[in-house]
Formats: sequence, structure tokens, C-alpha cells
Amino acid sequence: MTDSSLVLYGQTIAYTCYAIVIILVIAWFGFVVTRKGKGNKVSKTLFYSFVTMLVILGVSLHIVTFNTIPWVSMDLDRKNIQADQVFDITMENHQFILPQEKFVINCGEKVMFNVTSNDLTYGFGLFRKDNSMMFQMQVVPGHVNDILWEFNENGIYTIRSTEYSGPKGHQMIIKDVVHVIGCE
Amino acid sequence: MSYIKTLMNGEQSIFNPRKLTPMQRITLRFVVVGVLYYGLAAIEGMIMRIYQIEPITFLGSDHYFAILTAHPLVGIFGSTYLIVFGAFLFVVPFMMKKPLWSIKLANATFWLITIGTFVFWFSGFLTHYAPLYTLYWPLPADFNQFDPLSGAFFITGIAIVMLGTVFFVINIFKTIAYTPEGWEKQPSGALLADAIGYSGLRNMFRKKTKQKEHLVDIPVAAIARGTVDTALNAGIILFTGVLILVYMVAAIMGYDLKTTVIDALLYKNWFWWGLDLIADGLVLIFVAGTWYLLAMMITGRKIFMQNIARAALLVELIVSWTVWSHHLLSDQAQPGILKIISGEFVTAFELITQGLAFFVTLATLWLARPLKMTNELKFLLGGLLGFGLAVPAGIMQADIGLNRILHNTQWIMGPHVHVAILVGLTMTLYAAIYLLFPIVTNGAKLYSQKLANFHFWAHLIGGIGMGAFMGMAGLQGMLRRTIYYEGEFNLYMILAGICGLLLLLAFFAFLYNIIMSVGINGLLGIFRPSPNKTKDLLPAETE
Repeated sequence: MTDSSLVLYGQTIAYTCYAIVIILVIAWFGFVVTRKGKGNKVSKTLFYSFVTMLVILGVSLHIVTFNTIPWVSMDLDRKNIQADQVFDITMENHQFILPQEKFVINCGEKVMFNVTSNDLTYGFGLFRKDNSMMFQMQVVPGHVNDILWEFNENGIYTIRSTEYSGPKGHQMIIKDVVHVIGCE
Repeated sequence: MSYIKTLMNGEQSIFNPRKLTPMQRITLRFVVVGVLYYGLAAIEGMIMRIYQIEPITFLGSDHYFAILTAHPLVGIFGSTYLIVFGAFLFVVPFMMKKPLWSIKLANATFWLITIGTFVFWFSGFLTHYAPLYTLYWPLPADFNQFDPLSGAFFITGIAIVMLGTVFFVINIFKTIAYTPEGWEKQPSGALLADAIGYSGLRNMFRKKTKQKEHLVDIPVAAIARGTVDTALNAGIILFTGVLILVYMVAAIMGYDLKTTVIDALLYKNWFWWGLDLIADGLVLIFVAGTWYLLAMMITGRKIFMQNIARAALLVELIVSWTVWSHHLLSDQAQPGILKIISGEFVTAFELITQGLAFFVTLATLWLARPLKMTNELKFLLGGLLGFGLAVPAGIMQADIGLNRILHNTQWIMGPHVHVAILVGLTMTLYAAIYLLFPIVTNGAKLYSQKLANFHFWAHLIGGIGMGAFMGMAGLQGMLRRTIYYEGEFNLYMILAGICGLLLLLAFFAFLYNIIMSVGINGLLGIFRPSPNKTKDLLPAETE
């Protein structure tokens, strides 16, 4: 499965390019609008083309990500996919209660993290050694909070609550819990 | 003219608070207190920026999270609500050429929001009640972490603000629809239908020759449309506040109510439905309305493609009521169909409605060129750029795939929230303030254009820069709503801190410029009772 850091890299490039373009467009507009121009007309075709472009962009973003980011379809269909391993984790009183000290995952395995909260709303995220985030989800009390993920890169990952659960909960971190092994 | 004389009486002693009408006076009160609350939110923001670089030892994490809770609420309710409500209570009667329905109610709105904001801020400051603005159940009723009495004061403060908001809503719709004394009977129903965009929608399907004349200008239509969301939002917040208060009062009286009675996910859905009416309905629509107002007043022209712009306001009504699920894309128990339809596709419509307002505003300006680069025009362009940057950032995170790796990171707060609010919304509001300043002050002169220029560039660069560096940290995995003790993201946080400082300097430059323009005596004078009892908006000689 494509690593989430690669998706973030792609997003960074795309948004940076867009940001530069829109800043330049407004700067150009600010310059030109104060000067006399030849044609003081705005065609309706330009307007409708612009709106059509927005519709295409808004809709196509989700179609493109659905077809290119592998965890999207897997997430929506997770109830019908057999996980290779399931880890049941409980969160209570600002603590993680883990079924075992270390989660060892073999390369290519699909793993279900099933997280239950017994009191507050928390978050559950997996983080790389460089603090970057692999994925996260919300952990809502009274509901099933499960996420299916396929691991294709060796590494040691940290578990961290990604949602604020009061001042007592801002350091809910267990370092180096998840170990992925066996990838070439 | 000596410095002290200018400081006391304003630039060239032009501003005279005794000549203000009650309407000008109340508008200025709203704006002045709103600007001061903006300053408070900016200082709180700067404290948090420093904390993200190096936790401040004498300020415990409890206090940090209390600031984190108060900061957005002071910014939205104390600052934005006051400035926007004050401006709109003036603009609606100004554009409709009739008096405001009730100046007393406007005064009540002003005092309720001012006092309510102080109550919740002070309660948080003293007691560190910190469930954040999201109030995820059952955190606001978690009495292992928070004292119920302090929470009750906090929630009461919010409820007072909401009461003031309800008064504003009544005043706006009454002003649109009522018939002033001695006037010919006004068509209330037709006025309201036009105000919410219904007539614009009908006109789109009529032949040009059969299209009906609009009874209200498009900025008033946008204000009315945003006010619908304001009313619904106030209802949701009041309802939630009462619910939380029930738990608090019970705890104070020694009863321990079960928090599991309330479904945390259902609660999250309804509360985000209400909150999103601020973020996606109220802010976007009020901003679009202000852009139209500014474009019309700067150019003296009608809005380009105004029937479509009006109809878009009505479409946005549907959109803003059905987008909330993009906040729950990482909630695994949230039904997938809601995530896809509400969270992704309806949300994508905001790109269209806001993009449309963006285009229409630019086109209106273009048709009137050459324009002079006034303060209002440059701040308007800054505001357009802010939303041009922030809305697509929001659309990206409202995607099931990307949300998995962006939710609750600094990306959300930087390129989306702070760029939208600080650059998009605040620069639009500054544009309106610069535009309305001579009108509501009876021609007071701005003290320094150099300071206004500094205000513009420092705010623009500071706002975009801070958002960008927060976003870069977010893409590297930095979470929001937490504290990093080992300097993990220090490079980005230092750069964001420098940009935050620039924002703060911009604010002080603006504040100083305004004080020197109207003088301390003038500033104090607007809070004294008006000797003038007219219901007119402007004094007779300046009309």
C-alpha cells in the first residue's frame, strides 16, 4: 500500500503550486485594476467556464483520491475485509490499555486496530520516528472505533492520542509499540 | 498641532462625538469593543505561539488549555460578532434607507455580547475550565478535571452572548420587513423573500423582460441569509449549553448524572451541525455579503451577474445546513454515506459558492477600472486572497483519504482556519472599517496613511506566513490541541511565531492609528449617552 508520507508529499507540491498561482493572480489583479485597460468587459462565458472548472475540481478531487489513495476504499469496505491481525485497545482515564507490550506486524499484513473508550472522546494515531503521522482516527465512547491498515514498510511506530481529552490527556503517548518487520 | 492635542482630540480635532447620532454611536461602540477583543485574542494567540516554541514555565498546561479554549471564542464572539453585528446594524438600515427597527435592542445586543464574552473569558482565566470550543461529550461535564461551578459560569457567559445574538437576529429581520412610522405600508413578505434570495432564484428562470426588480440590495440579502444561520447556530449552542448546565447544576447539588445517557456521536453530529453554521454558513455568507457591499461602494456599480449571486446565496443555505459531516470524516462510527455525501460532495459545493462570490466581486471591480488603490480596496483584495487560499485547503482536508492524515494536525489550523479567519475574514472586516470610518465618524480623518500601509502588509504577510508555517508543521505530523516539550517542530514554530508577532504589530499600528484619528476624548465620548435623540442614521447636515 502507498505510504501516507508519499500522499502528503504530493499534497504539499499541489497546494504550494496553487498557493503561488493564486497569490500571483491577486497581485496581478491589484496592479491592473488601478490602470486603464483596453476592454472593460467580463464575458459571461468566462464566468460560466470558471464555475464549471470549480465543479470539476470539487468533484474530481474525491474521485481521484478514491482511486489513488489505497486506504480509502479499504476503509469504507473494512467490514468485509479479513484482517491478518486484530489488536483490541482500550482507552480509559487518559491511559492506553494495550493487549500486549509490543505489536509485531509482518510486512504486507492488514491489521485491524479496534479501539474502545470507556469515558471520554480520544484519538488514536500511529507516528513514525520523525514524528510524522501515518494515520489517525477518533475514539468516541459508546461506539466501535476500528481502522484497518496495511503495512508495507519496516519501522517502529509510536501510539499517541490525537484528540484533546482535557489537560490530563495531552501527553497520551506510548513510544515504539508497533514494529513492522520483514519488508525488503 | 501638538502630539498631545492630536492624542486627546484626534487628527485635526475633526471628530466630535457630540455630533454623532445614536446609530453612529452604537455602531462605533460595537466596532471599538470588537477591535479590543481582537487585540485580546491576538495576545492570547501570541502567548500560545511562544508556548509552542518553548512551554512557559510560570504558565502551567492547565492555563495553556484554558487560553486555547477562550482564544477562538473571544475571537469569534467577542471580536467578529461585535464588529460584524455593529456594521450590519448600520449597513442594513443604511442600504434600505430607513431607521433601524430598535436602537434599544441594538444596545442590548452590544452589552450582552460584551459582558458575556468577558464572563466566559474571565471564568476560564481564573478557573482553567478548558473543554475547548468543540465541547466533545462528555468532556464539558467531566468533573474529575473541571470544577462544575467554574464551568457553569463559563457556559453562562456563552449563553449571554447567544441571547445578544438572538436580539441581533430579531433586529435585522424586523428592520428589513417593518414599516416605519408615517411610511406607506411596506410589503413585508416580498421584502423577506427577496432578502433570503428567493426572488433571485425565481428571476433566473424568468425571461429578462419579466424579471422582477429586487426590493433589497444584494449585501442586505447576504446579511439576511447569514443571519438565518446565526439564528440556528444560537439555538444549537443555547440548547447544548443548557444541557451541559443541567449536569453542572446537578453536580453542584451533589447529584452525579450519568454522561452515557447522551450518545457522544449523536451529540458530536448536532453540535458540529450548529458550529458549522458559523464556519461554513455565517462566515462565508457574511463575508460574501461584505465583499458585495465593498465592491458596490468602491465602484458605485451594481454587482456583476447579481441574479446568480443572489441565487447562490440561497444555494449556500442548503449547503451550509448539510456540510457538517466533513468534521467527522475520522469518526469510524459515522455512517459512510454521510461522510461521502455531506462530508465530501456537499462540502465541495463551498468551493463553488465561495468561488462564485470571489469571481463576482473581482468582476465588479474590473468593470470599474481604473480604481484608486485605497485602503478598503487593498484590504478587500487581501480578504479575497485569504479565502482563495483557505477554502481549497479546507476542501482538501474534507476528503476521506486526505483527512486520515490531516485531521487534528496543524494543517487544519494553519492554512485553513487561521488563513480563513485572519486573512480572509479579518482583512474583509478591516476593509469595511476603513470604508465606513468616515461615514460613521462624520468625516474624521485618518491619522497616518503610512501606518495603514504598514497595517496592511504586516497583517497580510503575518497571516499568510503564520498559516503556511503551521501548515508545514502539520504536514510533518504536528498535532493541534497539544503541547510539544522537546522542540520537535521548533523551526516551523519559530517562523510561525515571527509571523504571529508581525500580526500583533499590525494590530497595534491599526489601534494607534485609530486612536490618533479620533483622539482619546473622542473614543471615550462614544460611550457617553447621546444628546441627540434622532432615529436617523446620519446627522442632517452630512446626509
